[in-house]
Amino acid sequence: MTTLTPSKEILPPPTERITILGWMKKNLFGSIGDTILTFVAGAFLLWLLYAIFHWIFFTARWAAVTDNLQLYMKGQYPGSEDWRLWLLMFLLGLLIGLAWGIFLKRAEAVGWVLLIIPIILAVWMFALGRQSWPHFLLIDVLAIIGYFLGKRYPKKLARPTYILILLYMPLVILIVRGFGSGGFLKLVPTNLWGGLLLSLLLAIFGIVFSFPIGVLLALGRQSKMPALKTLSVLYIEIIRGVPLITLLFMGQLMLPFFLPAGITIDRVIRATVAIIMFAAAYMAENVRGGLQSIPKGQYEAADAIGLSGWQKMVFIILPQALRAVIPVLVGQFIGLFKDTSLVALVGLLDLLGIARGILANPNYIGRQLEVFSFIALIYWVFSYGMSYGSRRLEIALGVGER
Amino acid sequence: MTFKESDHGAVPFWRDERYIQIIAQVIVVAFLIILGYWLIHNLLTGLESLGIPLSFRFLGIESQFDIGEALIDYSRNSTYARALLVGILNTIKVSFLGIIFATIFGIIIGIARLSKNWLVNKLAAIYVEALRNIPLLVFLIFLSTTVFHKLPRVNQALSAWGWAFLTNRGIYIVWPQPAGGWGVYKWFLLGSFIVGVIVAAFKFREGKRTGRMPLYWLWGFVVFAVLAAITWLIAQFVAGPPMYLDFPSLQGRNFKGGKSLTPEFMAIFSGLVIYTSAFIAEVVRAGIQSVSKGQREAATAVGLTGFQTMRLVIFPQAMRVIIPPLTSQYLNLTKNSSLAIAVGYPDLFAVGSTIVNQSGRAVEVILIMMGVYLTFSLLTSLFMNWYNKYTSLVER
Repeated sequence: MTTLTPSKEILPPPTERITILGWMKKNLFGSIGDTILTFVAGAFLLWLLYAIFHWIFFTARWAAVTDNLQLYMKGQYPGSEDWRLWLLMFLLGLLIGLAWGIFLKRAEAVGWVLLIIPIILAVWMFALGRQSWPHFLLIDVLAIIGYFLGKRYPKKLARPTYILILLYMPLVILIVRGFGSGGFLKLVPTNLWGGLLLSLLLAIFGIVFSFPIGVLLALGRQSKMPALKTLSVLYIEIIRGVPLITLLFMGQLMLPFFLPAGITIDRVIRATVAIIMFAAAYMAENVRGGLQSIPKGQYEAADAIGLSGWQKMVFIILPQALRAVIPVLVGQFIGLFKDTSLVALVGLLDLLGIARGILANPNYIGRQLEVFSFIALIYWVFSYGMSYGSRRLEIALGVGER
Repeated sequence: MTFKESDHGAVPFWRDERYIQIIAQVIVVAFLIILGYWLIHNLLTGLESLGIPLSFRFLGIESQFDIGEALIDYSRNSTYARALLVGILNTIKVSFLGIIFATIFGIIIGIARLSKNWLVNKLAAIYVEALRNIPLLVFLIFLSTTVFHKLPRVNQALSAWGWAFLTNRGIYIVWPQPAGGWGVYKWFLLGSFIVGVIVAAFKFREGKRTGRMPLYWLWGFVVFAVLAAITWLIAQFVAGPPMYLDFPSLQGRNFKGGKSLTPEFMAIFSGLVIYTSAFIAEVVRAGIQSVSKGQREAATAVGLTGFQTMRLVIFPQAMRVIIPPLTSQYLNLTKNSSLAIAVGYPDLFAVGSTIVNQSGRAVEVILIMMGVYLTFSLLTSLFMNWYNKYTSLVER
């Protein structure tokens, strides 16, 4: 008995008690050097925060941004066709909700849905006019409905959701572009696309169309056929060795020469071709990483049950390889989204191009700091939002742990 | 029964894997040749009808345009070829300096990102996350228009104790200039450098032999510095001071003396350095974190100090993980230097597009530019592959 009482007093280790002071002593003032470092960094941080807040609320004049929000978001895209963009966003909200409900199931995920969708769409919502808040609310409502539907009927809805997710990006292209000369879903010529809409579309085009090319190139690089292998390696290495801007330049200046006389293609498509060519080489390398991660036993097993070369690839290897590279593909999409800003250098009016155009307006002269901070923030919110979302999804799905 | 057929070797050739492969390759190659022929035929006839047939002879023509800054003699009367050379050298200059400074900053930020000090850690994290998620082009234009072109005018220059002046026409910093004794001293300097290298190599071999590696580069550097200082005094006695510090000063409407850096160069250089350093910081952090915790604990257990642990245990192992992604960051920086056109720095791409506008030789100039960038990429990856082999050999 006497031995027990002191040991009971000793038992709780002192480190378990986390107090604010203890935390500060450990993480901020561990040693003299640490203390100095903390004070220097703290002073710098305070000064920085003060400068930024002072600038945002007192010095900056935001007219160049607030007057032109529509331009930043969608360029000259006709206002009568705005409903198409909204439709796509409603669908996106529903899809995200469904995917969350089916694949994550956990209740905390609702919080993430509610958090991430507004972050990604807030900018857009804000820009399409103050009266658009009901649209915004609808996106959230659809996401929640999607979540509960997905949670309730995971088996029934899994397949349609998969198909819709795969079809979403092509659908975006179809709906934004439209077809025919009039009436329902009439064609919106590409020279009217602009702003963030164009930036996102270029990235979507790039990913969607470079995907099949990239897969073929990766297979070519892995194959034992010497001619195919050499050609794939040459393409991949040449494209990866030159800057994107030279490819865009080539698209603008050389592409017209390569086609027979009389055929002209517009500038957006020329830039898109260059972006697709560029993205395909990087896509190929990403897919190759996935192919290499497949253990040799899978190939041998496929051979053993008598599958042909094509069957082996399509049914056994590629599904596994592509699942392994999904996180990398999200990363590539973010990189591509940032890289689309280069089209401003060949005269397209993407987010950056529009910003430069607005700054050329004499009314907004000298407002570079405001305008560039604003578009940098948009790029940042989208890139960071996407990478954060994909990281959460990766952890939840346990990709890479299988 | 079915086995009998194959015993006869009766697999028809259209089902024989070997034939299929050969036929598939022939078809693909033939298709590509026809496609290539068609494209090039269109190109050649198109250029012919425009009156500018494909030829590189235009490179000998006088360029008739000025270039803001050049490392070699250049004027409007120089040829297009020389203009391209100026561009290539400017690209090399900004990439080379950019790589060095981005590596230094990247390592510092990467280590700060692992700091036990919470505030320093978070500041580094903010730096990295803020930069990695915006496009470089936006950042470059931002820097150029809101920082370097917004600096005060020449007559109100920001002065850093007279050692450096910041103006919207450029940055002027104090710079050593050769003086009377330089003719003698440069040979002394070369000699000191060689002796320093020899001492370092000697110490390195001694370390290899005894297994106790000294700080051989520090030895070499100290020997070099001491010799350089002694010979400086000798040169001063013999032929006067070898160098003097040239302070920039306002003369008339502009600064004279010192080293001047144009705002265009500063924008592209600092933009590339800051942006790439965020990526390098992540590479460095991942590399250091990849070294298992036991290694650090073992190093502490055998009594190594913090610095020794880093130098002898952590860093050599981290290098193996760091070098491949670091190589691709270097390649990215070199390729990204082509965005200099957006801030007005005359790199290869900017000069090239001026030539295209001036001469209409789009195809030829694009081919040259792509060839040069490809060469840069190949050389960088060759060097880094060599270095990678070198570091991995040292370990095992």
